[in-house]
Amino acid sequence: MKKLVDSKWSGIALAAAGILMMIYGISRGEMAVVFTKAVNICMECIGIG
Amino acid sequence: MDKKMNIKNWPRHTIQALWALLTNSHISGFVTGKIYTGKLKNACVPGLNCYSCPGAAGACPIGSLQAVVGSWNFKFAYYVIGFLIFVGAILGRLVCGFLCPFGLIQDLLNKIPFPKKIRTFKWDKVLRKLKYVIFLVFVILLPLFLTDIMGQGAPYFCKLICPAGTLEGGLPLVLLNKAMRGAIGWLYIWKNTILIVTIILSIIIYRPFCKYICPLGAFYSIFNKVSIYRYSVDMDKCIRCGKCAKACQMEVNPVENPNSPECIRCGRCKQACPVHAIASGCKR
Repeated sequence: MKKLVDSKWSGIALAAAGILMMIYGISRGEMAVVFTKAVNICMECIGIG
Repeated sequence: MDKKMNIKNWPRHTIQALWALLTNSHISGFVTGKIYTGKLKNACVPGLNCYSCPGAAGACPIGSLQAVVGSWNFKFAYYVIGFLIFVGAILGRLVCGFLCPFGLIQDLLNKIPFPKKIRTFKWDKVLRKLKYVIFLVFVILLPLFLTDIMGQGAPYFCKLICPAGTLEGGLPLVLLNKAMRGAIGWLYIWKNTILIVTIILSIIIYRPFCKYICPLGAFYSIFNKVSIYRYSVDMDKCIRCGKCAKACQMEVNPVENPNSPECIRCGRCKQACPVHAIASGCKR
Protein backbone atom coordinates (compact mmCIF):
# COMPACT_ATOMS: atom_id res chain seq x y z
CA MET A 1 0.00 0.00 0.00
CA LYS A 2 2.79 2.41 0.96
CA LYS A 3 4.51 1.66 -2.34
CA LEU A 4 1.33 2.53 -4.20
CA VAL A 5 0.91 5.81 -2.30
CA ASP A 6 4.56 6.75 -2.85
CA SER A 7 4.44 5.96 -6.55
CA LYS A 8 4.04 8.88 -8.94
CA TRP A 9 1.34 6.86 -10.71
CA SER A 10 -1.09 7.31 -7.82
CA GLY A 11 -1.05 11.08 -8.35
CA ILE A 12 -1.25 10.72 -12.12
CA ALA A 13 -4.15 8.27 -11.87
CA LEU A 14 -6.04 10.59 -9.52
CA ALA A 15 -5.41 13.60 -11.77
CA ALA A 16 -6.71 11.60 -14.74
CA ALA A 17 -9.77 10.53 -12.74
CA GLY A 18 -10.34 14.20 -11.89
CA ILE A 19 -10.24 15.15 -15.57
CA LEU A 20 -12.71 12.40 -16.46
CA MET A 21 -15.06 13.52 -13.70
CA MET A 22 -14.84 17.11 -14.90
CA ILE A 23 -15.68 16.05 -18.46
CA TYR A 24 -18.65 14.00 -17.27
CA GLY A 25 -19.87 16.83 -15.04
CA ILE A 26 -19.61 19.35 -17.87
CA SER A 27 -21.38 16.97 -20.27
CA ARG A 28 -24.41 16.73 -17.99
CA GLY A 29 -24.66 20.48 -17.57
CA GLU A 30 -23.15 21.12 -14.12
CA MET A 31 -21.04 23.99 -15.42
CA ALA A 32 -24.22 25.96 -16.17
CA VAL A 33 -25.22 25.70 -12.48
CA VAL A 34 -21.78 26.97 -11.43
CA PHE A 35 -21.95 29.80 -13.97
CA THR A 36 -25.45 30.90 -12.96
CA LYS A 37 -24.45 30.94 -9.30
CA ALA A 38 -21.19 32.77 -9.98
CA VAL A 39 -22.55 35.58 -12.17
CA ASN A 40 -25.31 36.51 -9.74
CA ILE A 41 -24.51 38.07 -6.40
CA CYS A 42 -24.81 35.28 -3.85
CA MET A 43 -26.82 37.02 -1.14
CA GLU A 44 -26.23 34.23 1.37
CA CYS A 45 -22.47 34.32 0.78
CA ILE A 46 -22.23 38.03 1.54
CA GLY A 47 -24.53 37.76 4.54
CA ILE A 48 -27.64 39.49 3.18
CA GLY A 49 -29.95 36.66 2.07
CA MET B 1 19.33 32.33 -16.47
CA ASP B 2 19.41 35.04 -13.84
CA LYS B 3 18.73 33.38 -10.47
CA LYS B 4 16.06 35.94 -9.60
CA MET B 5 14.15 35.21 -12.80
CA ASN B 6 13.46 31.63 -11.67
CA ILE B 7 9.98 31.49 -10.09
CA LYS B 8 11.36 29.16 -7.37
CA ASN B 9 13.35 32.10 -6.01
CA TRP B 10 10.44 34.54 -5.85
CA PRO B 11 9.27 35.42 -2.35
CA ARG B 12 6.09 33.44 -1.61
CA HIS B 13 4.03 36.53 -0.81
CA THR B 14 4.82 37.93 -4.27
CA ILE B 15 3.41 34.83 -5.92
CA GLN B 16 0.39 34.88 -3.59
CA ALA B 17 -0.27 38.56 -4.32
CA LEU B 18 0.11 38.12 -8.08
CA TRP B 19 -2.25 35.15 -8.03
CA ALA B 20 -4.80 37.03 -5.91
CA LEU B 21 -4.60 39.92 -8.38
CA LEU B 22 -4.99 37.60 -11.35
CA THR B 23 -8.06 35.85 -9.93
CA ASN B 24 -9.54 39.19 -8.86
CA SER B 25 -8.66 41.12 -12.00
CA HIS B 26 -12.11 42.64 -12.55
CA ILE B 27 -10.85 45.82 -10.95
CA SER B 28 -13.71 48.01 -12.25
CA GLY B 29 -16.07 45.99 -10.02
CA PHE B 30 -14.54 47.65 -6.97
CA VAL B 31 -15.64 51.02 -8.37
CA THR B 32 -19.04 50.13 -9.82
CA GLY B 33 -20.08 47.64 -7.12
CA LYS B 34 -21.00 45.11 -9.81
CA ILE B 35 -19.55 41.62 -10.13
CA TYR B 36 -17.97 40.14 -13.26
CA THR B 37 -20.44 38.19 -15.38
CA GLY B 38 -18.20 36.92 -18.19
CA LYS B 39 -17.51 33.38 -19.36
CA LEU B 40 -14.49 32.89 -17.08
CA LYS B 41 -16.99 32.39 -14.26
CA ASN B 42 -17.68 28.95 -15.71
CA ALA B 43 -14.33 27.89 -14.30
CA CYS B 44 -13.39 27.36 -10.66
CA VAL B 45 -10.28 28.88 -9.14
CA PRO B 46 -8.16 26.57 -6.94
CA GLY B 47 -8.23 28.75 -3.80
CA LEU B 48 -10.98 30.10 -1.56
CA ASN B 49 -12.11 33.20 -3.46
CA CYS B 50 -15.73 34.34 -3.14
CA TYR B 51 -17.41 34.66 -6.55
CA SER B 52 -19.41 37.57 -5.20
CA CYS B 53 -16.21 39.57 -4.72
CA PRO B 54 -16.51 42.52 -7.13
CA GLY B 55 -13.09 41.65 -8.54
CA ALA B 56 -13.52 37.86 -8.83
CA ALA B 57 -12.82 36.53 -12.32
CA GLY B 58 -13.63 32.88 -11.51
CA ALA B 59 -15.90 30.75 -9.34
CA CYS B 60 -15.14 29.70 -5.76
CA PRO B 61 -14.87 25.88 -5.69
CA ILE B 62 -16.54 25.54 -2.29
CA GLY B 63 -19.42 27.83 -3.27
CA SER B 64 -19.76 26.00 -6.60
CA LEU B 65 -19.77 22.62 -4.88
CA GLN B 66 -22.63 23.67 -2.62
CA ALA B 67 -24.50 25.20 -5.56
CA VAL B 68 -24.39 21.95 -7.58
CA VAL B 69 -25.03 19.61 -4.66
CA GLY B 70 -27.87 21.85 -3.50
CA SER B 71 -29.47 22.24 -6.93
CA TRP B 72 -32.73 20.40 -7.59
CA ASN B 73 -31.44 18.46 -10.60
CA PHE B 74 -27.93 17.37 -9.52
CA LYS B 75 -27.03 15.60 -6.33
CA PHE B 76 -23.36 14.94 -7.05
CA ALA B 77 -20.93 17.55 -8.34
CA TYR B 78 -18.70 15.67 -10.78
CA TYR B 79 -17.36 18.87 -12.33
CA VAL B 80 -16.31 20.59 -9.10
CA ILE B 81 -15.20 17.44 -7.24
CA GLY B 82 -13.27 16.38 -10.37
CA PHE B 83 -11.61 19.79 -10.47
CA LEU B 84 -10.65 19.56 -6.79
CA ILE B 85 -9.29 16.01 -7.24
CA PHE B 86 -7.30 17.14 -10.29
CA VAL B 87 -5.75 20.11 -8.47
CA GLY B 88 -5.23 18.13 -5.26
CA ALA B 89 -3.59 15.21 -7.10
CA ILE B 90 -1.07 17.55 -8.70
CA LEU B 91 -0.38 20.13 -5.98
CA GLY B 92 -1.96 18.99 -2.69
CA ARG B 93 -2.04 21.84 -0.19
CA LEU B 94 0.47 23.88 -2.17
CA VAL B 95 -2.72 25.72 -3.18
CA CYS B 96 -3.15 26.85 0.46
CA GLY B 97 0.41 28.13 0.63
CA PHE B 98 0.54 29.90 -2.71
CA LEU B 99 -2.80 30.18 -4.50
CA CYS B 100 -5.36 31.20 -1.88
CA PRO B 101 -6.14 34.91 -1.41
CA PHE B 102 -7.62 34.32 2.04
CA GLY B 103 -4.45 32.48 3.02
CA LEU B 104 -2.43 35.52 1.96
CA ILE B 105 -4.65 37.79 4.07
CA GLN B 106 -4.08 35.58 7.12
CA ASP B 107 -0.32 35.47 6.42
CA LEU B 108 -0.20 39.27 6.39
CA LEU B 109 -2.37 39.60 9.51
CA ASN B 110 -0.01 37.28 11.38
CA LYS B 111 2.85 39.68 10.66
CA ILE B 112 1.19 42.27 12.93
CA PRO B 113 3.15 42.29 16.21
CA PHE B 114 1.37 40.86 19.25
CA PRO B 115 2.84 40.39 22.76
CA LYS B 116 2.08 36.67 22.98
CA LYS B 117 1.72 34.77 19.73
CA ILE B 118 0.29 31.27 20.23
CA ARG B 119 2.00 28.43 18.36
CA THR B 120 -0.03 25.59 19.78
CA PHE B 121 -2.43 24.89 22.63
CA LYS B 122 -4.13 21.99 24.40
CA TRP B 123 -6.97 21.39 21.90
CA ASP B 124 -4.95 22.23 18.79
CA LYS B 125 -4.71 18.70 17.41
CA VAL B 126 -8.38 17.91 18.06
CA LEU B 127 -9.56 21.18 16.53
CA ARG B 128 -7.61 20.40 13.33
CA LYS B 129 -10.23 17.69 12.65
CA LEU B 130 -13.02 20.29 12.74
CA LYS B 131 -12.41 21.34 9.13
CA TYR B 132 -13.29 17.82 7.94
CA VAL B 133 -16.55 17.92 9.90
CA ILE B 134 -17.33 21.35 8.43
CA PHE B 135 -16.68 20.03 4.91
CA LEU B 136 -18.94 17.05 5.42
CA VAL B 137 -21.77 18.81 7.27
CA PHE B 138 -21.92 22.37 5.88
CA VAL B 139 -20.63 21.81 2.34
CA ILE B 140 -22.16 18.42 1.52
CA LEU B 141 -24.86 17.14 3.89
CA LEU B 142 -26.82 20.31 4.70
CA PRO B 143 -27.07 21.59 1.09
CA LEU B 144 -27.96 18.05 0.00
CA PHE B 145 -30.64 17.25 2.57
CA LEU B 146 -31.85 20.51 4.15
CA THR B 147 -33.77 21.69 1.11
CA ASP B 148 -36.77 23.90 0.35
CA ILE B 149 -39.98 22.71 -1.33
CA MET B 150 -38.26 23.03 -4.73
CA GLY B 151 -35.59 20.58 -3.55
CA GLN B 152 -32.88 23.25 -3.44
CA GLY B 153 -30.40 23.54 -0.59
CA ALA B 154 -28.69 26.76 0.48
CA PRO B 155 -24.89 27.13 0.51
CA TYR B 156 -24.74 26.67 4.28
CA PHE B 157 -20.98 27.06 4.65
CA CYS B 158 -21.03 30.35 2.72
CA LYS B 159 -24.16 31.50 4.49
CA LEU B 160 -23.26 30.71 8.08
CA ILE B 161 -19.47 30.51 8.30
CA CYS B 162 -17.27 31.75 5.45
CA PRO B 163 -15.41 34.91 6.52
CA ALA B 164 -13.78 35.14 3.07
CA GLY B 165 -17.19 35.83 1.53
CA THR B 166 -17.84 38.57 4.07
CA LEU B 167 -14.47 40.20 3.52
CA GLU B 168 -14.21 39.83 -0.25
CA GLY B 169 -17.90 40.13 -1.17
CA GLY B 170 -20.03 41.34 1.73
CA LEU B 171 -18.06 44.39 2.81
CA PRO B 172 -17.26 45.91 -0.63
CA LEU B 173 -20.73 45.24 -2.07
CA VAL B 174 -22.53 46.66 0.93
CA LEU B 175 -20.25 49.71 0.92
CA LEU B 176 -20.85 50.27 -2.80
CA ASN B 177 -24.60 49.58 -2.97
CA LYS B 178 -27.14 51.66 -1.09
CA ALA B 179 -29.93 49.11 -1.61
CA MET B 180 -27.84 46.40 0.04
CA ARG B 181 -27.10 48.58 3.02
CA GLY B 182 -30.85 48.72 3.62
CA ALA B 183 -31.10 44.93 3.58
CA ILE B 184 -28.57 44.29 6.35
CA GLY B 185 -29.90 41.99 9.07
CA TRP B 186 -28.80 39.55 11.77
CA LEU B 187 -26.99 37.32 9.26
CA TYR B 188 -24.73 40.16 8.16
CA ILE B 189 -23.93 40.97 11.78
CA TRP B 190 -23.24 37.29 12.52
CA LYS B 191 -20.94 36.93 9.50
CA ASN B 192 -19.07 40.12 10.34
CA THR B 193 -18.60 38.87 13.90
CA ILE B 194 -17.01 35.69 12.50
CA LEU B 195 -14.81 37.83 10.27
CA ILE B 196 -13.66 40.02 13.18
CA VAL B 197 -12.91 36.95 15.32
CA THR B 198 -10.96 35.42 12.40
CA ILE B 199 -8.95 38.62 11.94
CA ILE B 200 -8.09 38.88 15.64
CA LEU B 201 -7.19 35.19 15.86
CA SER B 202 -5.06 35.47 12.71
CA ILE B 203 -2.90 38.06 14.44
CA ILE B 204 -2.35 35.75 17.41
CA ILE B 205 -2.33 32.30 15.75
CA TYR B 206 -0.87 31.50 12.33
CA ARG B 207 -3.69 30.82 9.81
CA PRO B 208 -6.42 29.73 12.26
CA PHE B 209 -9.03 29.52 9.49
CA CYS B 210 -6.82 27.19 7.42
CA LYS B 211 -5.93 25.05 10.43
CA TYR B 212 -9.39 24.56 11.90
CA ILE B 213 -12.19 25.69 9.59
CA CYS B 214 -11.38 25.68 5.87
CA PRO B 215 -13.25 22.89 4.01
CA LEU B 216 -11.13 23.47 0.90
CA GLY B 217 -7.92 22.90 2.86
CA ALA B 218 -9.53 19.81 4.37
CA PHE B 219 -10.22 18.39 0.91
CA TYR B 220 -6.75 19.17 -0.47
CA SER B 221 -5.08 17.78 2.68
CA ILE B 222 -6.25 14.28 1.75
CA PHE B 223 -4.05 14.50 -1.35
CA ASN B 224 -0.81 15.68 0.28
CA LYS B 225 0.50 12.14 0.57
CA VAL B 226 -0.26 11.12 -3.01
CA SER B 227 0.11 14.37 -4.95
CA ILE B 228 2.59 14.55 -7.81
CA TYR B 229 4.25 17.61 -6.25
CA ARG B 230 5.57 16.67 -2.82
CA TYR B 231 8.24 17.11 -0.18
CA SER B 232 10.99 14.66 0.68
CA VAL B 233 13.71 14.52 3.32
CA ASP B 234 17.12 13.05 2.60
CA MET B 235 17.74 11.17 5.85
CA ASP B 236 21.43 10.72 5.00
CA LYS B 237 21.87 14.50 4.98
CA CYS B 238 19.52 15.27 7.91
CA ILE B 239 21.34 16.10 11.14
CA ARG B 240 18.11 16.10 13.21
CA CYS B 241 18.66 19.62 14.49
CA GLY B 242 14.90 20.29 14.63
CA LYS B 243 15.19 23.66 12.89
CA CYS B 244 12.63 22.67 10.23
CA ALA B 245 9.97 21.76 12.81
CA LYS B 246 10.68 24.97 14.71
CA ALA B 247 10.31 27.04 11.54
CA CYS B 248 6.99 25.44 10.56
CA GLN B 249 4.07 27.66 11.47
CA MET B 250 1.57 24.88 10.75
CA GLU B 251 3.28 22.85 13.51
CA VAL B 252 4.41 20.03 11.23
CA ASN B 253 7.62 18.09 11.75
CA PRO B 254 8.89 17.55 8.19
CA VAL B 255 11.42 14.91 9.28
CA GLU B 256 8.65 12.73 10.74
CA ASN B 257 6.06 13.46 8.07
CA PRO B 258 7.20 15.58 5.10
CA ASN B 259 3.77 15.29 3.42
CA SER B 260 1.59 15.78 6.48
CA PRO B 261 -2.05 16.72 5.73
CA GLU B 262 -1.38 19.92 7.66
CA CYS B 263 1.57 21.01 5.49
CA ILE B 264 0.69 23.95 3.22
CA ARG B 265 4.02 23.61 1.38
CA CYS B 266 5.11 27.15 2.11
CA GLY B 267 8.78 26.16 2.00
CA ARG B 268 9.84 27.63 5.37
CA CYS B 269 11.29 24.26 6.44
CA LYS B 270 13.42 24.09 3.30
CA GLN B 271 14.79 27.55 4.00
CA ALA B 272 15.47 26.69 7.64
CA CYS B 273 17.37 23.46 6.92
CA PRO B 274 21.10 24.13 7.36
CA VAL B 275 22.12 21.07 5.32
CA HIS B 276 19.53 21.33 2.52
CA ALA B 277 18.07 17.92 3.35
CA ILE B 278 14.51 18.91 2.46
CA ALA B 279 13.53 18.98 -1.18
CA SER B 280 10.30 19.52 -3.07
CA GLY B 281 9.23 18.72 -6.58
CA CYS B 282 7.51 16.15 -8.74
CA LYS B 283 8.05 12.60 -7.54
CA ARG B 284 9.88 10.19 -9.80
